[in-house]
Amino acid sequence: MTAATAARASAWPRRLVHALLILAALGFLGLFLVLPLAAAFVEALRKGVHAYLTAIDQPNAYAAIRLTLLVAAIAVPLNLVFGVAAAWAVARFEFPGKAWLGALIDLPFSVSPVVAGLVYVLLFGAQGWFGPWLGEHGIRILFAVPGLVLATVFVTLPFVARELNPLMQAQGSEEEEAARVLGASGWQMFFRVTLPKIRWALLYGVLLCNARPMGEFGAVSVVSGHIRGLTTTLPLEIEMRYNEYDYVGAFAVASLLALLALVTLAAKSALEWRYGDELAAHAPGGH
Amino acid sequence: MTLELSRLSRRFAGYTALDDVSLDIAPGEFLALLGPSGSGKTTLLRILAGLDHPDAGTARLDGRDFLATPARTRKVGLVFQHYALFRHLTVAENVAFGLRVRPWRTRPGRAEIAARVENLLQRVQLEGLGQRYPAQISGGQRQRVALARALAVEPDLLLLDEPFGALDAQVRVTLRRWLRELHEDLGLTTVFVTHDQEEALELADRVAVMDRGRIEQVGTPEAIYQDPATPFVCEFIGKVNRIPLVRTGGALAAAGWALDDDPWDGGQAQATAYVRPEHLALDVAATRPGWKAHLRHVYLAGSVAHLELDVSALGQTLEADVASEDLARLGLHAGGSLHVSPRRAVVFPAGSGGERRVWQAGEVAAVA
Repeated sequence: MTAATAARASAWPRRLVHALLILAALGFLGLFLVLPLAAAFVEALRKGVHAYLTAIDQPNAYAAIRLTLLVAAIAVPLNLVFGVAAAWAVARFEFPGKAWLGALIDLPFSVSPVVAGLVYVLLFGAQGWFGPWLGEHGIRILFAVPGLVLATVFVTLPFVARELNPLMQAQGSEEEEAARVLGASGWQMFFRVTLPKIRWALLYGVLLCNARPMGEFGAVSVVSGHIRGLTTTLPLEIEMRYNEYDYVGAFAVASLLALLALVTLAAKSALEWRYGDELAAHAPGGH
Repeated sequence: MTLELSRLSRRFAGYTALDDVSLDIAPGEFLALLGPSGSGKTTLLRILAGLDHPDAGTARLDGRDFLATPARTRKVGLVFQHYALFRHLTVAENVAFGLRVRPWRTRPGRAEIAARVENLLQRVQLEGLGQRYPAQISGGQRQRVALARALAVEPDLLLLDEPFGALDAQVRVTLRRWLRELHEDLGLTTVFVTHDQEEALELADRVAVMDRGRIEQVGTPEAIYQDPATPFVCEFIGKVNRIPLVRTGGALAAAGWALDDDPWDGGQAQATAYVRPEHLALDVAATRPGWKAHLRHVYLAGSVAHLELDVSALGQTLEADVASEDLARLGLHAGGSLHVSPRRAVVFPAGSGGERRVWQAGEVAAVA
């Protein structure tokens, strides 16, 4: 046996292990991700394209889409501002309770969204702390858009701040100090120095933060009141149709939601593909 | 317009970075803040730049409160140790930054900014590199970009934090001379922070030696070296031999060698003599008071030879510097024995109530 064939002989068990691992990973993904996703589309199209389109072409479905996008359009910018402010405070300042702020930002990840929704009911409901006062002044928060936005903001709070925090800590504040000594005002420093430094992480955080509110169910479900055409977002609409045994309708709307998720995923991948180097260069630990 | 710093103090959680520091900075001078890490020199520089604020004390320029002026309007140029260039901007954009952020009333036009940037890049010998990004140029070039960026705002005061710290030795020496020339050309007041005594002594008009938040001594490089005010300055600047003296038979002495006069008239029982390596006289025979020594090692460093001498009477090793040519003349070689005696020493009393004295062989010179 030559050395080359010996090497090949010892290589084949290694290749087998490679193949098995890849197969296991792909099989797992297929079983738990691709199959259900495909099933949603298959189920939605079970009675044909016509039935699918009819299920979507309804005022309730359009209202749900509008509401979902509206809630995301309010919640995401709010989180953007909060996330940048929180990451800035944690990375740049020393203040009592700093460690607590860091932990608090993560709270929505560990608290069940349903609990979050119930807290809002407790605060703003008719029997809640602020309920009577709000009622007197004719302000509706629960079972209306403000409640949906509040619940969504709570659930998506950590995304931007968590993405920015390690990055801003790693970058330090020397460039900002240089800008100040060179005569920049606070806003000039932020827009000319800080924002360009964090732009990719920020965009990334916003994309993540955008995917979540569109699919949020638990917290929104508690505060929504399920008023068709008024306070039902896409996930709620899906649940209601499902409970009414309207499977085609439920899966048709679900496929819409899945499409929105796929668009976000595509945008994220495109971002990574186009600016991968810069993202890596600005990632925490990198330089 | 002299910048008068008076009784500045700055405390951080757990330690005092600046402790009652007073210092006058004359217009046009090149001042070095020299000290080990943690001595407060960078804190002082940051306070001058407006990036930090003292807990107590004042700084006045022309009678105006210098500290009340915010960093952005203080007209100070600061070069950071690691340059802090804006990595997303080109070299030219970095240099133009200070001009572009001005309010529109005082902001120069586009063409003028471009001309001034070009001019500055020429001045720091970086013509043609304007379109590069900081990541695409060398460390020495980055340092000069940082300098051009600081100079673009036409500062009254230029501050440099360890300007050569991150560069390799050869670039460092070249840049040092170049910076000194630039300082003279521009006639700016320049303050730089360094832990490298050679750098401070070579570059500065005056050196402020700092230790643990206090200024130990301010003076010309020559005064700092020849006439150190405190034991810390003696030991921090240059090499020095530390010889403890004890009162024996009416004189302060060490193993048979004694000060030939008593500077404190019997007031001190103990003292310490600091002797520079070049102030040790070496002889083949004992012609003057001193000690017998064993030459342990010779380090030949070009024109100067560094000798390691074991002095058994003192129980310590002394360092002596002689010109390389004297080495052969005296017939010195490792393993040989010789006679060593101090020619000049700075003597500090161990107890309180005595001033330091500069002692010369054959006389005691009082410090003016």
